[in-house]
Amino acid sequence: MPFISNTSEQQARMLAEIGLTKNDLFADIGEELLYEDFKLPAGLSEQRVRDSMAELAEKNSTHLTCFLGGGFYDHFIPAAVNAIVSRSEFYTAYTPYQPELSQGILQATYEYQSVICRLTEMEVANASLYDGGTALYEAMMMAHRITGRNKIIIDGSVNPIYRVMIRSYTRNLKIEFEESQCTDGLVDRGQIFERLDDKTSAVILQNPNFFGCIDDFSDIAAAAHDKGALLIVSCYPVSLGILKTPGAMGADIVTGEGQSLGLPLAFGGPYLGLMAARKKHVRKMPGRISGETTDAFGRRAYVLTLQAREQHIRRAKATSNICSNEALCALTALVYLSLLGKEGLRETSQLCADKANYAYKRLTAIPGVQPHFRGEWFFNEFVLDLPCEAADVIGKLIERGFAAGFPLSRYYSGMENSILICVTEKRTRHEIGMLAEALESVL
Amino acid sequence: MKLIFEKSVPGRRAVQAGPGDVPAVNIQSTLLRESAAELPELSELDVVRHFTELSHRNFGVDSNFYPLGSCTMKYNPKVAEHIASYPGFARLHPLLPQLRMGGMLTQGALRVLYEMDLLLREITGMAGFTMQPLAGAHGELTGMMIMAAYHADKGNKKTTVLIPDSAHGTNPASAAIAGYSVATIPSKDGVMDVDAVKEHLSDDVAGLMLTCPNTLGLFNPHVKEICDLIHSVNGLAYYDGANLNAIVGKARPGDFGFDIVHVNLHKTFATPHGGGGPGAGPVGVTEELVPYLPVSVVAKRSDGTYTLEYDRPKSIGYIAPFYGNFSVVLKAYVYILMLGNEGLRRVAENAVLNANYVKEKLKSHYRIAFDRLCKHECVFSISDQMAHNGIRAIDIAKALIDRGFHPPTVYFPTVVHEAMMIEPTESESKETLDGFIDAMIDIAGQAGSDPARLKTAPATAPVCRPNETAAARNLNIACL
Repeated sequence: MPFISNTSEQQARMLAEIGLTKNDLFADIGEELLYEDFKLPAGLSEQRVRDSMAELAEKNSTHLTCFLGGGFYDHFIPAAVNAIVSRSEFYTAYTPYQPELSQGILQATYEYQSVICRLTEMEVANASLYDGGTALYEAMMMAHRITGRNKIIIDGSVNPIYRVMIRSYTRNLKIEFEESQCTDGLVDRGQIFERLDDKTSAVILQNPNFFGCIDDFSDIAAAAHDKGALLIVSCYPVSLGILKTPGAMGADIVTGEGQSLGLPLAFGGPYLGLMAARKKHVRKMPGRISGETTDAFGRRAYVLTLQAREQHIRRAKATSNICSNEALCALTALVYLSLLGKEGLRETSQLCADKANYAYKRLTAIPGVQPHFRGEWFFNEFVLDLPCEAADVIGKLIERGFAAGFPLSRYYSGMENSILICVTEKRTRHEIGMLAEALESVL
Repeated sequence: MKLIFEKSVPGRRAVQAGPGDVPAVNIQSTLLRESAAELPELSELDVVRHFTELSHRNFGVDSNFYPLGSCTMKYNPKVAEHIASYPGFARLHPLLPQLRMGGMLTQGALRVLYEMDLLLREITGMAGFTMQPLAGAHGELTGMMIMAAYHADKGNKKTTVLIPDSAHGTNPASAAIAGYSVATIPSKDGVMDVDAVKEHLSDDVAGLMLTCPNTLGLFNPHVKEICDLIHSVNGLAYYDGANLNAIVGKARPGDFGFDIVHVNLHKTFATPHGGGGPGAGPVGVTEELVPYLPVSVVAKRSDGTYTLEYDRPKSIGYIAPFYGNFSVVLKAYVYILMLGNEGLRRVAENAVLNANYVKEKLKSHYRIAFDRLCKHECVFSISDQMAHNGIRAIDIAKALIDRGFHPPTVYFPTVVHEAMMIEPTESESKETLDGFIDAMIDIAGQAGSDPARLKTAPATAPVCRPNETAAARNLNIACL
C-alpha cells in the first residue's frame, strides 16, 4: 500500500505480539456503526496520477498575459524562494510546540514579525493569520475588545470581498456597520467625520484602495483618536516599498494580504494574513507570536509567547479561535523580502508604479477610453471607462490572450463600463503595447 | 545564531527587479514613505545559507518519528507537492471565474474542487461539502455559523453548545466566536458522559461539538445515542474531524448521526503542516443543511462543465475570499486518488494497530490513562515512581529529543495529569516504533537511576529549555 511502511507479515506479527486480531482493532465501534460499502475509486499509481493531473492543469488558462489584480497580484517570484521553503525540515514540521526542535521556524517567525513591523512602521506583528480578509475581521474584533464599542465605519473603497466576508462573520454579533462611499476614488472625509462618534470602535480603510488610488489617512487617524476610536488600515505590502506607511499615518492596527510577497496565485490559496499593531495592544492581538528569550545556558532562543491569549489556554475566552495559521507562507514572505532586500523592494514597488503609469498613458490615448477618476494618484491599478460594457470587452480580450482587468460592475452599481487594470513589475513595455493594440481593435 | 538583520551589509544585493523599460513616475512626495524599509541587505548566497542554517535547527516528519498526539504527523507524499507546483494550478488567478465565461478558463481547478466534494461525501457520509475553510478551527467556526443560520431560519431560540472537557481549545473558542455560550460536559471513564449530556439537555441547546475518537484516543460507544439526544431537542451534532485518521475507510461520522463535519486535510489527508500551517478544513453537512453552506459552491452542468454558484439565499455568505486553500485541497485530492478505497481502509487499520502496539509495549513502564483498546493515539501519565523522583512529562519529552525523536504532545488532554499523548500514524514501520519504545523504556529507567540528568535534557539540541516566563515578561517580539 502506498505510504504505509509495514508489510502484512509485520502487521500480523505486531497483532500477535499484543494479542489482538485485525477485527479486534475496531470492535469498540461496533458492527452497527462500521461501514464496509465505501464506493471510492481504486488507487492509482504515481505515474497515472501525474498524467491525469497534468491533463487537468492544462484545462486551466494560465497562458493569459495578466493585468488582473483586485487584491491578488502576479508578481515575479525568485527561484531561491521555492528552493528554501521546499526544505522539508520546514514544511513537514508541525507548530513549534517543542522549541528545542523548532528554533528554525521560531527564529524565522521572529524575523518575519520584524520585517512586517519594518515594512508597515508598526511596533508588533503576529506570526500570521489565514488571509487578508480574515485578518481584517480579526482586526475589527480586536478593536472591539480594546474599545468595548460596537460601531464600525468602513469605506466602500475597501476590497468588496473583504467587506462581504466581515459581514458574514458578524451576522450573529452585535456589530453595527456604517459604510461611507468614496468620492473621486478617495475617502470622503466629510462622510467619515460625520459618522465618527463616541460609540465608534474603528474606522476601516484600505491603501491603495480597491480602485488603486492612494491616500494619506493621517487626518482620519487623528480624528478617530479624538473620539477614542481606532484606525484599521488594510495594506498591499509590495506598495510599502515606496508608499507612506500605515504606521506613519497613525494607524492602530494594520492588516493585509501577503500573497504579493512571493506566494503564487494558486487559485485562491494558501495566502497570508498580515497583522501588525501598536505595542500597547499586543495582549489583545490574536494569533501566535514568537518571542526572544534565553535558554538554560543563557543562549539566545525563541519560543511561542503570550500564549495565555490563545484558545488552547483560554478556550471560550480566547482572543481568537485560530490554531493552524499560515506559517509556511509567512516564511515565504520573509525569504522573498530578504532576497529583494531594502533596495530590491523599493525598486520593485517603484517599477509597479512606473509601469502602471505608462499603461495608463498608453490606454487613455485610445479614442473613447477615459480615466474614471480625475487626477488622483494611483499605485499599480487604475480604473478606466470604456465606451461599452467592460465585461464584454474583457471577454473579447481573453480571446486575444489577455486577462485585461476586472469588470467593476461585479461589485459596484453604475460602473458597467469601468475596468480595473493592474500592472505589476512583471509586465513589459511590449506586453503593455500589445494590450493597447488589442483593446483599440476590440472597441 | 545571528538574526538575518545582523548579517546585513549596506549596499549588498541579491535579486534585481525588473526590466525597467518604461519612464519613471514621480508620485507626490506626501504620499511616499520617508525612507526605504529597513530590510536586510544580503547576497542570494547569504540568504540561502541563513535559511539552510535555520532549517538545520528544525525537525520535520522527514527528519524522524514525530508522534505528536492529535496532530497526525504522517508522511507527506512528494508527488502531491510536485503536482501542486504545475503552472496550470500554481499560476491560476482566483478572479478568472468572475470574468464573463471565465469559469471555462478554470475547468481543471473547478473539477478538482467538485470531485473532492464527492470524495469527502463518500468518506464521511455527508451530503455536501465546502472546501473554503482555511484550517480546522476555521472549519469549526464555519460549522457553528451554519448551525446558527439553521436555527435562525427555523426560528429556534438557541443559546448553548455542549462540549466535552477533553475537547481541543478551538471548540469552545469557535462556539463562543459564533455567539454561543459553552457548557462543558464532564467525561466518565474517558469519554463524554451520556448522563451528563441528559442533565444539560434543554430547548436552549443549539448543538454539540464532539471529537470521536476523542483526544484520549477512545471511541465513545454511546456516540449515536448522544447524537440522538441532541436531535431530541432540535439541536445539531458537530463532528470535529481532527481524529478522523482513526476511522477513515472504516466508519462514517454521518452514520453516527452527525449533522456537520469538518476534516483536517493537513492531518488525515497527508498535506504538510508547514511548521504551523497552511492547513485546510473542509466542512460537510447533511442534505437539510446544504443550503446554508458558504458561497460560492462548485456545480456540474448537464453538459459536463463546471461552474460556480453564488445565488444561494440561505447561505452563511463568504468566509474566505475564494475557494479555500486550493493548493492544499489539491494535494489531499492527489493523496486520496493514490490510496483509493483499499488504501484508505489500510490507513485507519495501521494507524490503530501502531497506536495499540506502542500502548501495549509501554504500559508496564508508564501509567496508561485508560487501559483498553485505543484508536489512533494513546495517552500516558507519569508514574508515581517517576513523580516521586521529581520527573515530569516535560522531562520525558526533552530526553526523547536526545534520542533522536520528536516528543509526543505533553500536558494535553488536560483531563489527564502529566499527560503524554502518542500518535504514531500508519506511516511508521515496526522498526521505527521499536526504536521509539526502546528509547521510552530507557528513559523510564533513567528516571529511576539518574533523575537529575533527565532534568538537564536535551543536551544535543541547539538550545535547552528556553525560559518561557522571561519571554512573556520581557517581551521582545520584533527586531526594530
